[in-house]
Amino acid sequence: MDLSTINPAVLLASLMVASTPILLAAIGELVVEKSGVLNLGVEGMMIVGAICGFAVSVETGSPVLGFVAAAAGSALLSMTFGILTQFFLSNQVATGLALTLFGLGLSALMGQGYVGIKPPAMGDLNLGPLGDIPFVGRVLFQHDVMVYVSLALVAAVWAFLKYTRAGLILRAVGESHDAAHALGYKVVVVRLAAIAFGGACAGLGGAYLSLIRVPQWTEGMTAGAGWIALAIVVFSSWRAWGVLIGAYLFGGVTVLQLNLQAAGLDVPVEYLSMSPYLITILVLVIMSSGRGRAALNAPASLGRSFHASH
Amino acid sequence: MADTLLSIEGLTKAYPGVVANDDVSFTVSEGEVHALLGENGAGKSTLVKMIYGLVKPDAGRMTMRGAPYEPATPHAARQAGVAMVFQHFSLFDALSVAENVALGMEEAPKQRQLARRIREVSETYGLPLDPDRLVGDLSAGERQRVEIIRCLLQDPKLLIMDEPTSVLTPQEVEILFETLHKLQHEGTAILYISHKLEEIRTLCDNATILRLGQVVATCDPKTASAREMAELMVGATLHTPSRAAKAPGDVVLELSGLSVASANPFGTSLKDITLEVRSGEVLGIGGVAGNGQDELLAALSGEAPARAEAVCLHGEAVGRLGPNARRRLGLLAAPEERLGHAAAPDMSLTENAVLTGAIREQLVANGFLKWPEAKGFAERIIEAFDVRTPGPGNAARSLSGGNLQKFVIGREILQRPICLVVNQPTWGVDASAAAAIRQALLDLAAEGVAVVVISQDLDELMEISDRFAALNEGRLSEPRPAQGLTVEEIGLMMGGAHDMEVAHVDG
Amino acid sequence: MIRLEKRPQPSRAWSYATPVLAVIVTMIAGGILFAVLGKDPVLSIRTIFWDPLFGEFAFYYRGQLLVKAGPLILIAIGLSLGFRAGIWNIGAEGQYIIGAICGAAVGLAFYPMEARWLIFPLMVIAGAVGGFLWAMIPAILKTRFNTNEILVSLLLVYVAEQLLASMALGTLRNPEGSGFPGSRNLQQYDSAANTELIAGTGMHWGVVAALLAVIGAYVLLNRHMLGYQIRLTGQSPRAARFAGVRPRLLVVFCLGASGALAGLAGLFEVAGPAGQISIDFNSGYGFTAIIVAFLGRLHPVGILLAGLLLALTYIGGEAAQATLGLPAAAIQAFQGMLLFFLLAVDVLTNYRMRFGRAEVA
Repeated sequence: MDLSTINPAVLLASLMVASTPILLAAIGELVVEKSGVLNLGVEGMMIVGAICGFAVSVETGSPVLGFVAAAAGSALLSMTFGILTQFFLSNQVATGLALTLFGLGLSALMGQGYVGIKPPAMGDLNLGPLGDIPFVGRVLFQHDVMVYVSLALVAAVWAFLKYTRAGLILRAVGESHDAAHALGYKVVVVRLAAIAFGGACAGLGGAYLSLIRVPQWTEGMTAGAGWIALAIVVFSSWRAWGVLIGAYLFGGVTVLQLNLQAAGLDVPVEYLSMSPYLITILVLVIMSSGRGRAALNAPASLGRSFHASH
Repeated sequence: MADTLLSIEGLTKAYPGVVANDDVSFTVSEGEVHALLGENGAGKSTLVKMIYGLVKPDAGRMTMRGAPYEPATPHAARQAGVAMVFQHFSLFDALSVAENVALGMEEAPKQRQLARRIREVSETYGLPLDPDRLVGDLSAGERQRVEIIRCLLQDPKLLIMDEPTSVLTPQEVEILFETLHKLQHEGTAILYISHKLEEIRTLCDNATILRLGQVVATCDPKTASAREMAELMVGATLHTPSRAAKAPGDVVLELSGLSVASANPFGTSLKDITLEVRSGEVLGIGGVAGNGQDELLAALSGEAPARAEAVCLHGEAVGRLGPNARRRLGLLAAPEERLGHAAAPDMSLTENAVLTGAIREQLVANGFLKWPEAKGFAERIIEAFDVRTPGPGNAARSLSGGNLQKFVIGREILQRPICLVVNQPTWGVDASAAAAIRQALLDLAAEGVAVVVISQDLDELMEISDRFAALNEGRLSEPRPAQGLTVEEIGLMMGGAHDMEVAHVDG
Repeated sequence: MIRLEKRPQPSRAWSYATPVLAVIVTMIAGGILFAVLGKDPVLSIRTIFWDPLFGEFAFYYRGQLLVKAGPLILIAIGLSLGFRAGIWNIGAEGQYIIGAICGAAVGLAFYPMEARWLIFPLMVIAGAVGGFLWAMIPAILKTRFNTNEILVSLLLVYVAEQLLASMALGTLRNPEGSGFPGSRNLQQYDSAANTELIAGTGMHWGVVAALLAVIGAYVLLNRHMLGYQIRLTGQSPRAARFAGVRPRLLVVFCLGASGALAGLAGLFEVAGPAGQISIDFNSGYGFTAIIVAFLGRLHPVGILLAGLLLALTYIGGEAAQATLGLPAAAIQAFQGMLLFFLLAVDVLTNYRMRFGRAEVA
């Protein structure tokens, strides 16, 4: 094994890229869960976003339009979940699973003609002299715009939840939908908006995979990224910055194991490939075993259906 | 007489199967404290929900200071100057006091400014409250202060209070009344909902009495007799439970130094509870909601295990045993929450009979359920306790509160307990079912069973208990003979006024 | 404006009618989907749902029906127990893989010894134990550390897939396979083969096990205390604790049973229809079984019927692929749609639709 082939600056830079899809999906799911809805369909929304974004940017030649289409497509898809759980009061776990299964099938269907094509490239953002700073410039300032969008989203979600009245209402709905209803807040509307936002974010995450990270379209290419995003929300204890840490931690493990594979570490490839999943499980165990006040961040109405009876 | 503030004419609201309000009319004057009196299910809640914009009436109209008043949402109601203190469901445990207040206001100021105003108002009205604390950590009385302050910050013209004293000690009730009088002097009208006659007599200027959704009378509570009002409210002469005098027998249940941490992060842990219950005795345990009642029931039913010797039944240490092992020994329990704790809502009454009856009624053989026997047991409960239902195949949630409660209590009584623990046996139950349940508990004690009744209804406890104790922040006061206890003494056992103080009457 | 009104108790009639209604609605929506793809919708639906049973080549397809339905039913029965109790094992695909690996490994360890009375039963046990142990990971993490079983069981699918690849490429690779990935073919090893019991029917030991599981689950849920506790826990966990149910035991039982059944399904598949451990051995039965479980309303008999129906979509889908050029993914989307519509119409079981004036809510 030759560890000298691993360049720390490149490693850290690729960590940011590897983390971005999951970060996008997880920050969206955080908002959804804060409103009291558990949407297990992140994987399905991501992969539909991946193909929507891919197809549109191939057809139009514009990656930006691709990302817009991915967000719109996944938000639209998430509305099937929204309508089912909010109006038809279906079980959220079952409906989320249905969304994932349906999304996987639908994306494979949509992607029929796109296998083996290269998408139009999205250039890195030119940050001028910042990019030329040694080491730091390579790590932080030579990325595509979506990396910065994802970071901005984390900050925006954090500020939204902490400082705005709308954020307070969203948290209140997630905490007790009965109380929120009694005070006159539209529980269903708030939740539908959160679900759509979560869908759009998952779509962006999926499109980032197919347009930038990989970049090509293959069936089932999300390979569990949506599930890992769900795990990261638990890891974060429902805090925006926690999502960032979780996603970058996961990205770090992924990039590291890929580099170790490339460096020819004397461990079968399959065992390295399963390590991100195992580490995610390990982190979940550590986070969930510490009970008490930290668990209070979990929205109290998470996963419960709301029906205004009287 | 002052000018009319709110006038209600012919308000009607029907739900499938029930007419919640039928042609209800009354008026509330400026600065008046108006009582809305009625039993559970009389339609009080539906009526105030219509005034607060949560429910839209089918027919009828409301006017506010002469102008049509048709709030489509609570926001509209608040803008029109109506504020409401809820009995349940309007606070958020994991949010701070200030955030909770902000959520109930139309135009909430910035958090820092709001916190200052909360402090000001809470001082003026003698309702001390820290804006930064999590609501989940507050006591029931403090939680109510949050709601009241939320209303006061909006300078309401009409304040609706739904059963506000059910979570207060007698001393706290007095202080609340001071606050309400102060508000009245400032010109705020109050619509006060209750089923407690004495309170209404001391506080209110006028009373509208509802029964089965209709106004049956409007009277001046200061002149009408309590009995008169009670009969108007219930519609029949009430049967007062009868009890036979008897000497208590041997100690059946003994708690010594029982301490149990609450399973709920916002719950109350039990601290060093010691008591004895003798055969043939009814021990009443009072206390304001949220002072450890649920936890005490769980510790006695076996849902929350404790130190083995902390709970003894006939001298046998049972603290470590689970619910079924305790049932086998004759220690039975009926929790407060009917749907989802004492009974499974979607399961049939037969299946619900198995829920606690499997062991003592021998409804299981080799792990296999004996459904015909289970059905028979359910039928016996229905028969013996006059449970109104088409049959044991019906789902628990299809029963009315009173009927389901009779089923739940009956299920335990028919299993011939040695000791029975019940929590809030008549909460949300109509008067006739409540009377039947109380009588059944007294009859059970007369047969030599040790009965523990945990309740927040002091009248109920005084009516049926031989001895009385109170829970306060997870501690139990020394039990005392119920006869001759004064309201003051009971209040002090419940923790007195906690840290409330009388409103500074200066404004 | 449509309003929902909670029924005093769940409607029995609707609980039978909703799955049928969902299938019909899905057929219509599927027809539209196929039309969008440029296929004749009526012909497509007929090719999928009618021809395999009554068409020209039905003699071939009918046998396939049981082959596909066997594992689906076996897995779905196990999942339904947990789903009823609110314990969500969605990693059956992983337990299926591990069961296959363990069972196949036992069989291959004996190769080329011939002793069917010993080897095949041992393989069956190994398959069940393998699936059971794999499911014990989320079970123990849940009971011990309160870790979410949904995420753990699902993430373990990806781990199992990597293990499968490692086995197919390494440990279990056929030494006489001239370096190609994949194990020896168990079908050609008499002592380990899960053979067709009645020629032409597709009936193999896995189908027998599935039928036994249906009967067992029916008895468990309707007659046994444990089944009662499972149903009670799903409806109201608090009432279950009051009734003396030990939630941890239930988690272990439900995950363990579903893991063992999924492991069995994997073993019967690898020793029978699939024949060998290969990189792409798993074909999504573990996920489709989730649809089967819900479509069957988590009821054993319902699952039996739903398993046959989903098996039909697999077979009909293959037929439509061959004759009409309908993409395989269309069937996957179709199955997902079925679950969606089922969940949507399910509201009718517990709520009544009211048409009329909107209520302020």
